[in-house]
Amino acid sequence: MNDLEYKVIIGLEIHVQLCTKTKMFCSCQVGFGEQPNSRVCPVCLGMPGSLPVMNKKAVEYAVLVGLALNCKIADFTKWDRKSYYYPDLPKNYQISQYDLPLAENGYIDVPLDDGKTKKIRITRAHLEEDAGKNIHSTGNFSQVDLNRAGTALLEIVTEPDLNNSRQAKTLAIELQKIVRYLVVSEADMQKGHMRFEPNVNLIINKDGKEYKTPIVEIKNLNSFRALERSIDYEIERQLDEFLQTGKVMQMGNKSTRGWDGEKQVTVLQREKEEANDYRYFPDPDLVPVVLKGKWLDDIKGNLCELPLKKQIRYVSKFKLSEYDAGVLTAERSTAELFEKAVQAGAKPKRLCNLITQIGLKLANEAGRCLAELGLNAQHLAQLAVMIEKGEINASAADNIMQQMIKTQKDPTTLANELNLIQKSDEDELDKIVGQSLEENAQAVEDVKSGGKKSKKALGFLIGQVMKKTKGKANPKIVSKILHKKLS
Amino acid sequence: MAENIGKKQVQKVAKLSRLQLTQNEIDEFTGQLSAILKYFEKLQQLDTEDVKPLAHCLPINNVFRDDLPQQSLGTEKTLENAPQHDGDFFKVPKILDESSGA
Ligand SMILES: [Zn+2]
Repeated sequence: MNDLEYKVIIGLEIHVQLCTKTKMFCSCQVGFGEQPNSRVCPVCLGMPGSLPVMNKKAVEYAVLVGLALNCKIADFTKWDRKSYYYPDLPKNYQISQYDLPLAENGYIDVPLDDGKTKKIRITRAHLEEDAGKNIHSTGNFSQVDLNRAGTALLEIVTEPDLNNSRQAKTLAIELQKIVRYLVVSEADMQKGHMRFEPNVNLIINKDGKEYKTPIVEIKNLNSFRALERSIDYEIERQLDEFLQTGKVMQMGNKSTRGWDGEKQVTVLQREKEEANDYRYFPDPDLVPVVLKGKWLDDIKGNLCELPLKKQIRYVSKFKLSEYDAGVLTAERSTAELFEKAVQAGAKPKRLCNLITQIGLKLANEAGRCLAELGLNAQHLAQLAVMIEKGEINASAADNIMQQMIKTQKDPTTLANELNLIQKSDEDELDKIVGQSLEENAQAVEDVKSGGKKSKKALGFLIGQVMKKTKGKANPKIVSKILHKKLS
Repeated sequence: MAENIGKKQVQKVAKLSRLQLTQNEIDEFTGQLSAILKYFEKLQQLDTEDVKPLAHCLPINNVFRDDLPQQSLGTEKTLENAPQHDGDFFKVPKILDESSGA
């Protein structure tokens, strides 16, 4: 490829299922894996004469996300009907928002690999209802399950500010964290709570001339991996197509492609834009939403520090590594426990190790998140201080934390009960070290002679002291005494 | 603004609406729709210079419901009116276009 450069242009449409208990416009309970067509009513079935009524919580959740994405929140929005002709929405239209979306003109900060962040502009975010599910697998007909039809869905549209698949994936992950922090969506990928539709094309510079390839929209991706892979595939495909055909962007030649996860390729679904003629018009069944004053202030009160901001703060304020800060801030409840324990007197780095190396391990084994283990922040801080002071070692801390979860007792009590307080008395340890040296003359020799064997022999001697003290000797002090005696 | 609607437009709208029209129907509807549009042309005579677009015909807003689940119909009742069902599912002609999904 000589004298050819290209730039990738990606915009994202993201659908997020909100975690309201009921659907957007009716009181059917939202569920997953229920008996097909059990969670439906005349409204979500599109029966004549039925009328939709807005779910207040869904509007509040959507506004909260809009605020977190730095959007301008509309003080007046309305509902529109979008023509739709598939049986998974039996009304033949989808209730959505067309010209007056709930939120507009925002941005999301996306962390880049070099530690910087990139602002990706948010065009708009609006509420709509989800469709049900068509199941195509059987013979000459399709099966339809309408349990999901009418579920509150937030559509977020970005400007085409992304330049590679990795940025798109990172944005998606960041958004997942945000909606979870705000507790407005479970954002469970397995349950289809987040779906992505990237718009991809290339700006190609060839022989000093600039060409734009036709935009392709990839439909309904429901994993971060599929998002990343499908974009990468599409970049290659568009480049090949351009080199072979020279086809460039024109009015109406945007196409839609689907992702075949098995073959790892995108497949053409719809060639022309024409079918996208949705013929929106205002829904006469629903009155507008006016959002201001106390109600808006109350919603704003539910905002919190967002994960990326928190992560950056942890690095600068607590001097944690970016990795550690990322782990601690991945879930809001973990971060909040961490912050409470720091306030209670724990040193951040020590506490971080306790949480990431022991706490999250225990949480993982229990199949829960850390906060669900019922750890008390005060006790956690005490535990960190005990390690800091050398009163207990790391393996004792693991043991004690397990008991803290089981018994809710404080770590000092537990350390005493379990006889896990480290021996730090230098005089006492001095004697034990002395004994160990006498009993292991060969090892002493090896240490003194230096070289390869020396390190191993030293480790062996520390092990002997530990054995004598049943693992309770403070290893720092033991090693100090050993060095003194052997040098 | 509203020129009389042509046959081409009627065909396009029919296609978007998944309607298969006969030639006679196209002629008939083209005439009918033209008449309707002509009638609406009268509205063009109104001066709407300072009139805000109307989002809803009633002067009310913010009609909400609390997020409290209520009994749904249940599968049996839901499928009762369906022309065809397959177990717990509605049964419909095979969907050829894969681009469904809201
Ligand atoms: Zn319903």
